[in-house]
Amino acid sequence: MMLGKEQLEKIHNTLTENLIGSGVKSVILIDTAGNVIASIDNANTALDIYSLAALAAANFGAMSCMAKIVGEDEFSLLFHKGEKENIYFSKVSEDFLLVNIFDNQISLGFLRLKMSKVIEELVAVLVK
Amino acid sequence: MAFINLKDKILQAKIVYYGPGRCGKTTNLEYIYNKCRLQVHSEMVTVKTQGDRTLFFDFFPFDMGKINGYEVKIQLYTVPGQVKYNSTRRLVLKGVDGVVFVADSAAERRDKNVISLRNLEENLALYNKNIYEIPLVIQYNKRDLAKQGVEVLDVETMEKDINSRLKAPSFEASAVEGGNVVLTLKKIIYETMASLEKELKQEQAK
Repeated sequence: MMLGKEQLEKIHNTLTENLIGSGVKSVILIDTAGNVIASIDNANTALDIYSLAALAAANFGAMSCMAKIVGEDEFSLLFHKGEKENIYFSKVSEDFLLVNIFDNQISLGFLRLKMSKVIEELVAVLVK
Repeated sequence: MAFINLKDKILQAKIVYYGPGRCGKTTNLEYIYNKCRLQVHSEMVTVKTQGDRTLFFDFFPFDMGKINGYEVKIQLYTVPGQVKYNSTRRLVLKGVDGVVFVADSAAERRDKNVISLRNLEENLALYNKNIYEIPLVIQYNKRDLAKQGVEVLDVETMEKDINSRLKAPSFEASAVEGGNVVLTLKKIIYETMASLEKELKQEQAK
């Protein structure tokens, strides 16, 4: 898998405008093998993105297997709520996943509303 | 599936340590993590059971520095070795670029090595990967057991059991003492990078 400058800049702009601009603290686009495709934060957040990507990919894979065991194709909402920080996973395509880290200043509903546009734009770049 | 970022010139590749339960996969990674601190810039992630056995995987990114102008990050993973954890083992193999098969030299573990190797072949096939084609290095671990009076298989027997058809590069090692751990890592990184370079050239030729 290889992405060029133009594609990565489009991804960066989409994530920055729609998510970081809306209050998401950190957003990481990963593939399902756990590689980091793109990572953007609000400049006040320092996370170990490579470890997070490995765990997120594994977690997503495990959830998909669990969904199949209970007779679902997949779970549509993957959300972990903490006291201060929350993680919301969005499936972009079969191979890509978006990991959003946000605090309680924005709501999950608002984030999900933003997500359909973001995913549409990401798919246009990633899936040919 | 390695990922190449042409904008920031970063290459990420995934190497997985595979093998039967208690063969020393985690010990390999722990040794590398402790010995190569300059090349590891994050904490080692371990998802394990209360009994200290690997439940899902161990992980850390290993920075190779620049190769041909690209910053190379090797994502090192282990799988859980216990037979019952096959579903999580499969998940860790997703997108793998290179494999180290860690075999246990203890004579009583002989069958476990063969079963685990077969399991690796089956699980790779699920991702349309062929064990004869993927970059693979075999490590005959726990050679130090002989010093403790434990019966150890001779290398010729292990080669015959595991590597007679694969003909993969192989090393005798002792992960607890560190013997040949780094050499095994260097070899699999070399094999993986060579394979990725070949793939890239084939892609560009299309």
